[in-house]
Amino acid sequence: MLAVWRTRLAAFVAALWIGAALAAANFPPLTGRVVDAANILSPVAKADLERKLADLEQKSGIQLVVATVASLGGDEIEPYANALFRAWKLGEAKKNNGALLLVAPKERRVRIEVGYGLEGTLTDAVSSLIIANAVAPRFKAGDFDGGVTRGVDDIITALTTDSAEWKPKPADMRAEQNAPLLDSMAPLLVFLFILFVLSRMRRRGRGNVIFIPTGGGFGRGGFSSGGFSGGGFSGGGFSGGGFSGGGGSSGGGGASGSW
Amino acid sequence: MDAGATGAFERGVFSVTGLFSRLRSFLLLLALAIPLSGCGYNVIPTKEETAKAAWAEVQNQYQRRADLVPNLVATVQGYAKQEKDVLTQVTEARAKATSIHLDANDLTDPEKVKQLQEAQAALSGALGRLLAVSENYPDLKSNQNFLALQSQLEGTENRIAVARRDYIAAAQDFNTSLRTFPTVLWASTVFRSTKPLVPFTAEAEAQTAPKVKF
Repeated sequence: MLAVWRTRLAAFVAALWIGAALAAANFPPLTGRVVDAANILSPVAKADLERKLADLEQKSGIQLVVATVASLGGDEIEPYANALFRAWKLGEAKKNNGALLLVAPKERRVRIEVGYGLEGTLTDAVSSLIIANAVAPRFKAGDFDGGVTRGVDDIITALTTDSAEWKPKPADMRAEQNAPLLDSMAPLLVFLFILFVLSRMRRRGRGNVIFIPTGGGFGRGGFSSGGFSGGGFSGGGFSGGGFSGGGGSSGGGGASGSW
Repeated sequence: MDAGATGAFERGVFSVTGLFSRLRSFLLLLALAIPLSGCGYNVIPTKEETAKAAWAEVQNQYQRRADLVPNLVATVQGYAKQEKDVLTQVTEARAKATSIHLDANDLTDPEKVKQLQEAQAALSGALGRLLAVSENYPDLKSNQNFLALQSQLEGTENRIAVARRDYIAAAQDFNTSLRTFPTVLWASTVFRSTKPLVPFTAEAEAQTAPKVKF
């Protein structure tokens, strides 16, 4: 029995440690759309990138963030990029339309990490091409400003060329309008159905049952829940000047490269 | 029940008591529901479903990799016919891996999980060899189709790694809830038939994606 508890305790401690290790990965804070923790970008390039990225989000809702880190802490770039992406929660929670360009100059590794929602447009193959053609050669020549800028330009091109991918589709819009209507109708329908059943029962002579509408309590919650509140951009932080992720996640899409 | 003044009066009294009894049962239900969800009655099923959803993602990514293989084999074949052994190995490993389908309900069966894991690891190994061999063919290496497939394969391997990690975390979370207070109370009573999920063991070969340098 003691041994059993000991293994259980060990498992628990192990779980704690894993949690601690993940937290201790020491990610830079998400201070803006360009987080240059490795200090390799010029202020001019940074401002230029910030503007482009803000523009992209305003136009399409896509959160693209550029990050440079001083070190990967001994990790491979793939798990690091995924963990960083998830820690920053890039993209809207519902659409997962975030992307991250991560540069680790010390390890000479670069990765484009793509949120679930953008895997169809910014595919692995496209990401890989962007890194191989636009980014890596410039990095090799020591031109970080140029590499990142060109990489971002190409990513934006890939993301926005096929506007069908990010503009709301007619079908989506129809569904968005119809679904809440049906949702809000459902409790009403249930309510009417109960009324109908009750009236039938009453007609059979048991008049008292009509008092059941104490059950009105359970019907009511539904009416308010419908609504059109859904689709907004939860991600953007233009107004306050601050910037934060919108709750998106990534499943490891994208590509990495080295130079 | 007869009509008339007394009838109406009785009906009124009866309906009031009926109202109370209904109200009472409603309150009783409410009184039961709140502590039930508060004490973690929902925790075990919720975590189990989360883990199963995470598993579905693993399956999904394995399938995605399996779907890439025939294309990759066909492309490599065009340039490196003499590497017949490696190509056959990949095809066979793929056939074996796709023949083992693990349902979400099989996740409590260590034997089945092990089988799947071995088959998938064999496919990883075969694919790794194929990519290593293709390094010897400059024409193949510069083929656009091959490069695209290669990056897709790399991406998929990475997605598999992420999906597996997520599943392991979800399964661990669920298994922990079966053994820790207060959810252990539910696990040992209402959910007695709920078994812990078999977590993947870390496999060196399966976890390192075939590396391709540009």
